[in-house]
Amino acid sequence: MSVAVRVFVTGIGIISSIGFNCEETEDSLKSGKTGIGTMKNLVSVHSGEIPVAEVPASNEELEDLARIRKTGYSSRTTLLGIIAAGEALRCSGLDEDIGSFRTGLISATTVGGMDRSEKFFKSYIQHKSGGRLRYIVTHDCGDSTAAIADTFGIRDHVSTISTACSSSANAILTGARLIKGGLLDRVIAGGTDALSLFTLNGFNSLMILDKKGCRPFDEDRNGLTLGEGSAFIVMESETVTARIGKKLLCEVSGYGNACDAYHQTASSPEGGGAYLSMKQALHCSGLTPDMIDYINAHGTGTKNNDLSEGRAIERLFGYLPVKFSSTKAFTGHTLGAAGAVEAVLGIMAIRNGWIYPNPGFARQMSELRITPEKKLIRNTRIRNLMSNSFGFGGNNTSLIFSEC
Amino acid sequence: MKIFINGQSAISPQETFTGNSLPDNPVNYSANGFIKCIEPSVREYIDPMTARRMSRIIRFGVCSAIQCLRNADAGNPGAIITGTGLGCLDDTEKFLRTMHNNEEKLLNPTPFIQSTHNTLSSAIAIIIGCNSYNSTYVHRGGSFENALTDAILLLRENSAENVLVGGVDELTDTSFNITSRLGFWKREPVESLRLLDYKGRGSLAGEGMTFFLLSNVKNERSFAVTEMPELFHKPADAAASEEKIRSFISRTCQEGSIDLVLMGLNGDISNDEIYHNLSGRLFSGIPRAYYKHLCGEYDTSSAFAMFIAAEIIRNQTVPRVMQLDGGPAGKIRNVLIYNHQRNNIHSLMLLSGC
Repeated sequence: MSVAVRVFVTGIGIISSIGFNCEETEDSLKSGKTGIGTMKNLVSVHSGEIPVAEVPASNEELEDLARIRKTGYSSRTTLLGIIAAGEALRCSGLDEDIGSFRTGLISATTVGGMDRSEKFFKSYIQHKSGGRLRYIVTHDCGDSTAAIADTFGIRDHVSTISTACSSSANAILTGARLIKGGLLDRVIAGGTDALSLFTLNGFNSLMILDKKGCRPFDEDRNGLTLGEGSAFIVMESETVTARIGKKLLCEVSGYGNACDAYHQTASSPEGGGAYLSMKQALHCSGLTPDMIDYINAHGTGTKNNDLSEGRAIERLFGYLPVKFSSTKAFTGHTLGAAGAVEAVLGIMAIRNGWIYPNPGFARQMSELRITPEKKLIRNTRIRNLMSNSFGFGGNNTSLIFSEC
Repeated sequence: MKIFINGQSAISPQETFTGNSLPDNPVNYSANGFIKCIEPSVREYIDPMTARRMSRIIRFGVCSAIQCLRNADAGNPGAIITGTGLGCLDDTEKFLRTMHNNEEKLLNPTPFIQSTHNTLSSAIAIIIGCNSYNSTYVHRGGSFENALTDAILLLRENSAENVLVGGVDELTDTSFNITSRLGFWKREPVESLRLLDYKGRGSLAGEGMTFFLLSNVKNERSFAVTEMPELFHKPADAAASEEKIRSFISRTCQEGSIDLVLMGLNGDISNDEIYHNLSGRLFSGIPRAYYKHLCGEYDTSSAFAMFIAAEIIRNQTVPRVMQLDGGPAGKIRNVLIYNHQRNNIHSLMLLSGC
């Protein structure tokens, strides 16, 4: 490529257990309010014993928030996605005019319409003719993406990524690359995942759900806490932003994607894939480790992830006084949405000059020398922020956002 | 920058994996709504212990990926990307079933672990020990084209020199039963090779695991060139589709230089009508061929179409059983592949000789 095209973020939108929109999310982060609690919407035999980070609204209430015609047939994943993508588009001033540049939507999800399919399946396994078909047609991962694209009239490029817990980080990475490669001018990228019995029981069968709520990077951590939510960012090429004089929130300055290639669910003890993805992101951005002012870690709270990620951070950043934390104890682990949720939190951190604390942390991990932040730091300057998302199958992605 | 196909492999309902890469004498199934892949000899690719834990789509997918790398004589690729419309259905169903039957208790995690859509891309990476870029696209009838777009973008960026890219989907009893209830498939038994003769609703369900090794460097194995594919979504009418196709053609090749159009006709009259309408507007005088009677209809069948198109270019012949209105008279240089899924997602790809 001849001249590198710069890619800027001009809009953000988010919905999670700590807020229905950006403003509420910032308030929760400021006041230290976490979204982890008892299940209210999801109905499970585990409801009393396993905490989750639910969006505190029924599907019907979400339909109102999504400003769509009430049918009762959309999956929760779709509704969350429409809400967050809608906010990102309004934030970028695009809700009125989306057609003027080559615009793409890249969404990510791991469960898709599973909240509906598992209802269908319950009847289906009784009898092959059982189950309402309206509950199964939203099963595939493309369904929520197609619904978002239809709602906002996006036609030029529509795609869906599913790389487990790094899915939406890869949506952002791919979106930035499509702009840099000259294929699109503007991309709405992010992800959406609703809580489902499928994922709750899946992670529970792996025995990696912490019954006390997740405690990332804590010596006594005992697993993750599942969350749900959606977040999207609007990225535009500098040609577009310059031409229409857009307000810029930050720059997408680097990204790296590498595969741990170690095990389907476990990460390598030394965090080989994590190290590679962070290193590639730095290389892509042309930055050196000392220029990263804050790392929003993947930090799920599982024994395995936090150790390998911590070691990879130490290996790459040496023993620089690097500031890092995991925000998973705020939002829960929102799976396919996590990369975008944390990208939006990261962009808020850059805009507000914040470094987030790491709720759940009490005791230093014996294997690590680095320590996550304990309190919210305000009025600090974040020139560059790294956001990590690591998934099952060793699908690791790191993003770098920079002030502008 | 030219993007070369240096190797390819397809596990399909035809003998594409066992030496008969261009089916001039294809298997004709007496099908009750579906056709399934011919099983590969798994032990030549995966050790039996590992294979036993894998579901069918992962087993077949890994076999196809490894064979593709062997055919290309390539070492570890600079990226592994797959597209899959529905992912690992069998494991998803298995976990859902036990979850409900056991009332959420005492569940075996293995089917859950292997239910995620990225299982195949990462299984390939683990087996061949590849730490490179790894991704999975899951957008219905556009899943493979999304993966192909990413692959070509990586090569253009010089982020990789070789990319392994594939399209995989499996058909299970449950998915066939549910999609039958949705009216997707022919209800009466059909002879697969005569798929287009049964006028009416519904198609023939299929499946496949197809891989390509693409490179930005030409070598002695290179046999075709692929352009950046294009998808368009929910066109307002036939004129809108026509405009999209025209602009794709003018972007990718010289006017009048298309020697063959390979189309996604699938035996469903409302589906096929779209191809017939556009043929009159766009492809008069250009020989046309079709492929879904060989592989069945599924989300990533366009990967099979690309495999066939590349073989047509390599062998310079169009099997009679694929021809719609006679084969090309002269040299086959450019093959346009046009497929659509229920008029929602339309896909365009262009392959050329090199």
